[in-house]
Amino acid sequence: MADADSAPGALVAIAVAVFALAFPFAASGYHIYQGAQVLILAIALLGLNLLTGFNGQISLGHGAFFAIGSYGAAILMVKFGLPYWAAIPLASVVCFIAGFLFGFPALRFGGLYLALATFALAVATPQILSYKGFDALTGGSQGLTLAKPSVPFGIALTPDQWLYLVCLACAAAHYWAARNLVRGRIGRALVAIRDQPIAAETMGINAALYKTTCFGVSALYAGVAGGLSTLAVGFVSPESFGLALSLAFLVGIVVGGLASLGGALFGALFIEFVPNIADQLTVSFGEGAKALPGAIYGALLILVMAAMPTGVAGAARAAARAFAPSRQAKVEKGGVGVAVKYEGKEESP
Amino acid sequence: MINRRTFLQSSAVAAAFAASASSARADNAPGVTDTEIKIGQTMPYSGPASAYGVIGKADLAYFKMINEQGGVNGRKINLISLDDGYSPPKTVEQTRRLVEQEQVAFLFNSLGTACCASVRQYMNDNKIPQLFVATGASMFSDPQHFPWTMGWQPNYQTEAAIFGKHIAATKPDAKIGVIYQNDSFGKDYLIGLKNGLGPDHAGMVIKEVSYETSEPTVDSQIVTLQGAGVDLVLYAATPKFAAQAIRKTYDIGWTPVRYMTDVSQSIASVMKPAGLEKSKGVITAIYGKDPTDARWKDDPGYKAFAEFVGKYLTPKDLTDANAVYGFGTSATMVQVLKQCGNDLSRENVMRQAANLKDVVLAMGLPGIKINTSSDNFSPIRQEALASFNGESWEQFGELYQA
Amino acid sequence: MGEFLHQLASGLALGGVYAIMALALVMIYQATHLINFAQGEMAMFSTYFAWKLMDLGEPYWFAFFATIVASFICGVVIERLVVRPFANAPILASVIVFIGLSLIFNSLAGWLYGFSVTSFDSPFNGRPWFGAGYMSAHEAGAIVVTLCVLALVYAFFRLTPLGLAMRAAAQNPVSSRLVGIRVGWMLAIGWGLAAAIGSVAGMMAAPIVYLDPNMMGGVLLYAFAGAVLGGIDNPFGAVFGGVAVGVLGNLIGAYLVGDEVKLSVALAIIIAVLVWRPSGLFGRRLVARV
Repeated sequence: MADADSAPGALVAIAVAVFALAFPFAASGYHIYQGAQVLILAIALLGLNLLTGFNGQISLGHGAFFAIGSYGAAILMVKFGLPYWAAIPLASVVCFIAGFLFGFPALRFGGLYLALATFALAVATPQILSYKGFDALTGGSQGLTLAKPSVPFGIALTPDQWLYLVCLACAAAHYWAARNLVRGRIGRALVAIRDQPIAAETMGINAALYKTTCFGVSALYAGVAGGLSTLAVGFVSPESFGLALSLAFLVGIVVGGLASLGGALFGALFIEFVPNIADQLTVSFGEGAKALPGAIYGALLILVMAAMPTGVAGAARAAARAFAPSRQAKVEKGGVGVAVKYEGKEESP
Repeated sequence: MINRRTFLQSSAVAAAFAASASSARADNAPGVTDTEIKIGQTMPYSGPASAYGVIGKADLAYFKMINEQGGVNGRKINLISLDDGYSPPKTVEQTRRLVEQEQVAFLFNSLGTACCASVRQYMNDNKIPQLFVATGASMFSDPQHFPWTMGWQPNYQTEAAIFGKHIAATKPDAKIGVIYQNDSFGKDYLIGLKNGLGPDHAGMVIKEVSYETSEPTVDSQIVTLQGAGVDLVLYAATPKFAAQAIRKTYDIGWTPVRYMTDVSQSIASVMKPAGLEKSKGVITAIYGKDPTDARWKDDPGYKAFAEFVGKYLTPKDLTDANAVYGFGTSATMVQVLKQCGNDLSRENVMRQAANLKDVVLAMGLPGIKINTSSDNFSPIRQEALASFNGESWEQFGELYQA
Repeated sequence: MGEFLHQLASGLALGGVYAIMALALVMIYQATHLINFAQGEMAMFSTYFAWKLMDLGEPYWFAFFATIVASFICGVVIERLVVRPFANAPILASVIVFIGLSLIFNSLAGWLYGFSVTSFDSPFNGRPWFGAGYMSAHEAGAIVVTLCVLALVYAFFRLTPLGLAMRAAAQNPVSSRLVGIRVGWMLAIGWGLAAAIGSVAGMMAAPIVYLDPNMMGGVLLYAFAGAVLGGIDNPFGAVFGGVAVGVLGNLIGAYLVGDEVKLSVALAIIIAVLVWRPSGLFGRRLVARV
């Protein structure tokens, strides 16, 4: 997304915020549910983007951390009776620990090997979840059912709207936290480790600590998203967390734009709504074509990548740059050169 | 995406929904007009369970046929069938879309244990019938706690209990091994088998092995069972894995007594790929006619099915057990709608669904009758044992009633 | 003892299939340094092509070789049309493209042929081997085919000028161009060969796992594990890895932890190997100079 300090960027952000706040009061229950899903996915994508976009560690297995958050929250709420505002943070702490621990072996291998290892993690997740040793806690393949959280203090909102607002608040908080992280010293360290790992170490950055912590933090984000998803859907079972979920996350961050926090929202919108669009497009093929939406979605993915290899955020950045050459000239003329140009690199707050 | 049109549309819909919820008269009932009744379902047209998408296809085709014959009580049936990819979160989303946006009267024949379980509470809280769910999990026949949810096929535990009783009566000294799919389908079989064997025979099961659907084969599991000294095996496996299991059992030269779930009884999808010779002697429980069985060639029920397939489906669906299944569930649905007459409110639909008396299906085995009542939400509870003779399923013994 | 031999034999047979798939993965990795996540679906689609030919009455071996040729052509076309445009894009863009490809192939197969299970003939019919039925004739045949494919690939790369050109193009594209090698076409041929090898894997797997659009998912994961175990840049290593994963998976599943966690075993193998030897058992060790 364009540098949010600039006027257009701030306007976009305000417009998005206003829309997001007004939305639950204008839309029907089903659409509010979809809106909540978009926010939940956006939180997960923020986390994954921290890890993959800013820190360069490719993870195809974030569905596993999402599942830990989901099941963790569900178990704490159903089996131990905790309220959701305690269960979700607790579950996300468990995810942080899991991600941090997974980060250690991940230090040894990088790039595509990490992608393979996390891919295997994503495929193995449903199997681990349905392991009969855990049945007493997880409810086995029947899963766990929970009721939607009730609206507190008798505020005049429907449970759907309340849930949406909770998700919105969480998403805003996590976005704010990620933005501060990325803009500060830690963010620069992460990017340095991604781009020039050896130089970064030479400069005294403890790459191992940063990388494993980054893994932990991104797992925590995925865990929060998972916990919120448990609330929204009201049901968890091993079938909910297959490979498709992890792949959808990856699609989300690449389409939204790597190393772009604002792109997480675009990515979430894409993975939530484009499959539905693909569904509707196949209606014109007739009844026999119920299997085609997958092919259409696949084709759309390829086309989107061809049109915007750096994602929506990258394309927006390129467009902004194309439209603002005069601004840059003014700064250069100023002489002191205070503006730092993020040239060619895929990074922005 | 949300734009002004969908916003206006959805507010209008929300208002209409609120208005209609207050009345139960037929012409005000949700999803019902004077000329049409709109119903919905979620089906796995993509994803790991996509082979069962044929059931949705058959349902749609059957209602098309009924509509062409004039509909039910002057109303056409409009079935909206959405893909949920066998993923419960997607099922929740599609179900809410069907109920809140499409305004369907009720859900019919949605597929998947986890998928139907994920929306069961929602459906019951909102008092919307969740009829004839396409799964044999026993949890869906619970009228006391979930009075708006009803199954259709004999549930897995019941069927496994039938096996258990038969084994206890015919081979009380057998060493039983079970290979089961590691989900509620497979686990239900394990529970049912032990129930049927009874407490004094519970020790007969000496080895249980499971598999995941993402595994390429179950060959290793079969070898493990043989190695444990099993001489009677139960295959609680879906078609692909049942075929592999049958073939591997034969190939390693092992000849245990073999029982198999009715879910995999399709000769075309299981026995043929496994090998007709290799499948001889497998015992299963059946409640419907296998379309590839020559003995039904001149049966009027089979002829009706064949005519239906010829006109509304594709030729290869003639041998697909899923098509027979959809044919049966849709016929049951039409019977319920006929019984409703002009009162198609949700309450009456549920009442009539729980009021089926001795309904006979075209492709049901002779003697099978569908019965429901306010404390019996299992429409089909009878099955017969049959043994594969290399060509068809040969029924033996009488109908078991669970 | 008997059970052990049975587990070993079925592990070897399936491991042969994993090995062929791993070989296809290695081919593409060596040429492009990308891992093709769509390899399994492409192999499945090729197998359906072969099935359709046989359905129309063609004899097995005709269908077999016709499919190999068709898959080769298809692989070349895909590389030129779909993969080439992303050569300069970030790696992850290519990964998304592969995901898209696998979705397309899977859905197309489902649309054209339905999702129900079908049987696929094997050319190796007849009595089970060794009397005691440790391995069916087909499974033994599949192992033989694996070894043949490996030998052919080795011979191609070591003994033919084209193989030499491909190796050069992968190792040093700039110098290769200077010497007159059309690097772009080398990549395309690499994809074509991988697709052809994948189709062989599919046709060998189908009689064992039965043909349906989702048949290669599990096979692909184990093939990955095998390629990682053996070293993703070494064909011999990949084959060894594939067979090892098949055998180890069976043995560990049967004797140690129970079959329901076999996939987790594959995951554990991948991670353990990568931690201990990041380039696999037989891969080239990469040393970075600072």
